[in-house]
Amino acid sequence: MRPITNLIIYEDDLSRIVACLNMLNRKARSRAVLLIDKSGQLIACTGETDGLDVTSLGSLAAGHTAAAGALAQLLGDEEFVFVFHEGERNHLHFSIIGGRVILMIVADQGSPVGLVRLYIKKFSRDIDEIFQELTGRPESVSGEGRFLSESGFGDLTDDDFEQLFNRR
Amino acid sequence: MSFINYAAREINCKLVYYGPGLCGKTTNLQFIYKKVDPATKGKLISLATETERTLFFDFLPLELGTVRGFKTRFHLYTVPGQIFYEASRKLILKGVDGVVFVADSQLERMEANIQSIEDMNIHLKEQGIDPVKIALVMQYNKRDLPNIVPIDELQKALNPRNLEWFEAVAPDGIGVFETLKAIAKIVLQELQKKT
Repeated sequence: MRPITNLIIYEDDLSRIVACLNMLNRKARSRAVLLIDKSGQLIACTGETDGLDVTSLGSLAAGHTAAAGALAQLLGDEEFVFVFHEGERNHLHFSIIGGRVILMIVADQGSPVGLVRLYIKKFSRDIDEIFQELTGRPESVSGEGRFLSESGFGDLTDDDFEQLFNRR
Repeated sequence: MSFINYAAREINCKLVYYGPGLCGKTTNLQFIYKKVDPATKGKLISLATETERTLFFDFLPLELGTVRGFKTRFHLYTVPGQIFYEASRKLILKGVDGVVFVADSQLERMEANIQSIEDMNIHLKEQGIDPVKIALVMQYNKRDLPNIVPIDELQKALNPRNLEWFEAVAPDGIGVFETLKAIAKIVLQELQKKT
């Protein structure tokens, strides 16, 4: 299996991603939209996220998607592209984009399932384009960022590490 | 896989606690959760069976602080140790940056420790990760129990590369933060090397 490479996101990338998620959230009339890396890291979110524990949602979404993918493989499919959960008040739509990121839509009774799926398809293409661009950069593979070295991160001392833990 | 968010100036890393069933992986996370400042941690999520055995994973997000202007966030996961859950263990290793191998020091668990290391190496390879290159520290847990294997024998059997190792009694917190600190440091140093 191909390893997951480092994901490095700059401000302009994030603006483009958030603009896409905002548009999707509005068009699909959903409550919130989260974009999560397959390893469980939340990349961006939009909508009514104030009351949501988005970190936990990200981790559970990644675990859930990984389990669904493993089920698909046992049945001979590569993965399930869409997964849908229906609750009394909330629905969850999961979609894997480009084999790399998970789009999670939190919807309610006011968001018709068909409409949400229609816009997921449309915006998945836009999001995929952005991620193809940013994961194709050399630093995504090497881990090297434009500013990481400039910030002095490359010169971390033992004291820096000690301080991290002393602040615990 | 580290996630570096320049927009928010955040570095996010994934650490996995691996080891045989009942070796104390969840206990490590529970102790960390109990002791860290509430402002720096998220919820501890445990997907467990009715008998409190890990079914899928435990998850604890932890913010260690800011270093050189970057917030460092670690996502701590455990795998389900029981042999039966092999398929789930493999999934948890997806995108891992560093591993803590928690060994059970009891004599009767040596075979389970060895089997678990072999299982981990296979699953790392399946995720495209070189088991020799991944950031890894060893924790020899349950050092307070009577029937334990001496450290030099554990080292010979489980840690032939002499990676950093710690003795631990996880329910009392002995060795827990030392182990976490060591793996976090190695992961950040690996990231640092690439800059």
